[in-house]
Amino acid sequence: MSANRTPLPTPGENFMAVGEPEQELSVDQVGDVETPDQWWQVLWSSKKARIGIIILGVYVLVAIFAPLIAPHDPLDGSFEPLAPASSTNWLGTTTSGQDIASQLIYGTRISLLVGLFGGLFATVIATVIGLTSGYAEGTLLDDLLSFLTNVFLVIPVFPLIITLVAYSEVRGLWLIVAVVSITSWAGAARAKRAQIITLRNRDFVTAAKFSGEGTGRIVFREIMPNMSSLVLASFVGAATGAIFAEAGLAALGLGDSRNVSWGTMLYQSEQQGALAQGLWLWVFAPGVVLAVLMTATTFINFGVDLLSNPHLREDA
Amino acid sequence: MRYIGRKVLYFLATLWAVVTLNFLIPRLQPGDPAEIMVRRLAGKDAALDQAQVEAMRAMLGTPTDSLWAQYVTYLQELVQGNLGLSYTYYPFPVTQVIGQAFWWTVVLVTVVQVLSFVGGVVLGAYAAWRRNSRFDSVVTLGSTVLGTLQPFWIGLMLLYVFGYTLGWFPTSGGFSEATPGWNWAFIQEVVSHAFLPALALLIVMPIGWILGMRNTMIMNLGEDYIRLAKAKGLTDRDVALRYAARNALLPSVTGFALALGSVLGGAILVENVFDYPGLGRLMGEAVSQKDYPLLQALMLLSAVAVLVANLVADLLYGVLDPRARRAEG
Repeated sequence: MSANRTPLPTPGENFMAVGEPEQELSVDQVGDVETPDQWWQVLWSSKKARIGIIILGVYVLVAIFAPLIAPHDPLDGSFEPLAPASSTNWLGTTTSGQDIASQLIYGTRISLLVGLFGGLFATVIATVIGLTSGYAEGTLLDDLLSFLTNVFLVIPVFPLIITLVAYSEVRGLWLIVAVVSITSWAGAARAKRAQIITLRNRDFVTAAKFSGEGTGRIVFREIMPNMSSLVLASFVGAATGAIFAEAGLAALGLGDSRNVSWGTMLYQSEQQGALAQGLWLWVFAPGVVLAVLMTATTFINFGVDLLSNPHLREDA
Repeated sequence: MRYIGRKVLYFLATLWAVVTLNFLIPRLQPGDPAEIMVRRLAGKDAALDQAQVEAMRAMLGTPTDSLWAQYVTYLQELVQGNLGLSYTYYPFPVTQVIGQAFWWTVVLVTVVQVLSFVGGVVLGAYAAWRRNSRFDSVVTLGSTVLGTLQPFWIGLMLLYVFGYTLGWFPTSGGFSEATPGWNWAFIQEVVSHAFLPALALLIVMPIGWILGMRNTMIMNLGEDYIRLAKAKGLTDRDVALRYAARNALLPSVTGFALALGSVLGGAILVENVFDYPGLGRLMGEAVSQKDYPLLQALMLLSAVAVLVANLVADLLYGVLDPRARRAEG
């Protein structure tokens, strides 16, 4: 079980320890006896997930070291406009004389930041709402939270995001992160609600209740570690959605105006009529780097599936 | 009957929530929203267009009223179909502006949704039936690869290749010279203009159906009733279509409404790429012109469309699967 990775003793061990206080096993010793695969070992054992992790790693490095890798400042418009690809401008320049390759490299930062934080916040919201609702199944609280979840599940996300962002005067990165996370948690919350309903009547939960633990602790410290693969899967899904949403918003002209992202590149290229002028590289490049990043997250998700469904592991 | 009642009640409750959310969004900002918005518009161009102020008033009601009074007025106006005046197209009401773009998007989205559903379900079912065959691996791998692409970016690439470079299709608009109406020339133009936007969406949208159908079908093929059907000596065709596929289709019905939401989302961007005269382009325009009444109305319309689709799917599910009726009824 993946729950063994946490420093907390798993609920089963806890229960044992209560029964036999003189034979205290440390968590490490228990790990030595069973040696289940750690979650990263399972993830790494899948060839697809390994490829995904490596690609994502390259993107992370590019984002961190963008100033060292990029040949120019992405907003420096001092080059000859509409230049074809050359040794100075690897992918040519825009209509306003900016270096496309440098924009592409800096754009990695925005996409990864939006993916990381958008995915993180959406997962936190989904986890809190899904787990609370499922643990309180059948109560008024559950009805209310389920209703809220279903409303957000049914409202088309993209028009809602556009409307919320359009009202805001300052369109920074954090606004996009916030709007994306408060609009896209519903699907994951429903999945988590379903999962906790199957877990909440297990023996270890009953044991935790009898030992006098509070509800919050039972839900988030006892039950949640058993759902870590689902949480991880929903994080990957939410991060992917956030990256897509940012690209779409920016392509519509609702992006962060002070930073270059792949979406803003697409927006500007469209505004300048890049395709009509035959500047296809300007349009092609941001879409390709985005697609490769999406491929990486899809591949990582195959690995995450192995975590949540051990039956799949034999084929990998 | 109780099943239907429950679903209709649920639909009404969700509708109320969506309508209320639509009311609250412009008022979430601190201070007096009408004043803030008017001032923001004034800040941009010094001379304030009176038309815009009027439109804003019409949308937000009298700002001095209490929030509750505004809410009541809003609901009354909404029931009468009054969503305020667009100020890009002042003095036309928002509903009239939307009405002109409405059918363009309805046709595009319906064609895409139906073809995606049918195509996706057929491909997914066949891939599952011939599991691990070459066809299956091509379909599964293809779906995974194409699923990483954004429809609007596919649209841009199609536009470049088939629009600008090869010149096979028009590059923008919904029609060119023909007089709109039921004449052959107009229909031809509409089809040729809508072809690339539809294709851009059709490359991505069936993927969810394909993978979903394939998974459920594979699960169903392991069931005893399939083994029994085979043992009875039914043809492969009958077992695949009348037993496995028919049952595997059920979960796809519930996904119908949610898929409509993503088709709408994709259509917004694709329509802007092709300058297609539908609701998506109107939304893009509303965003760039800060035409808030129009934007709000479009948001509400898309949410209601998905809600209605959801209700239809739920009711259909009740007809198709008696278990659903019994369990919840």
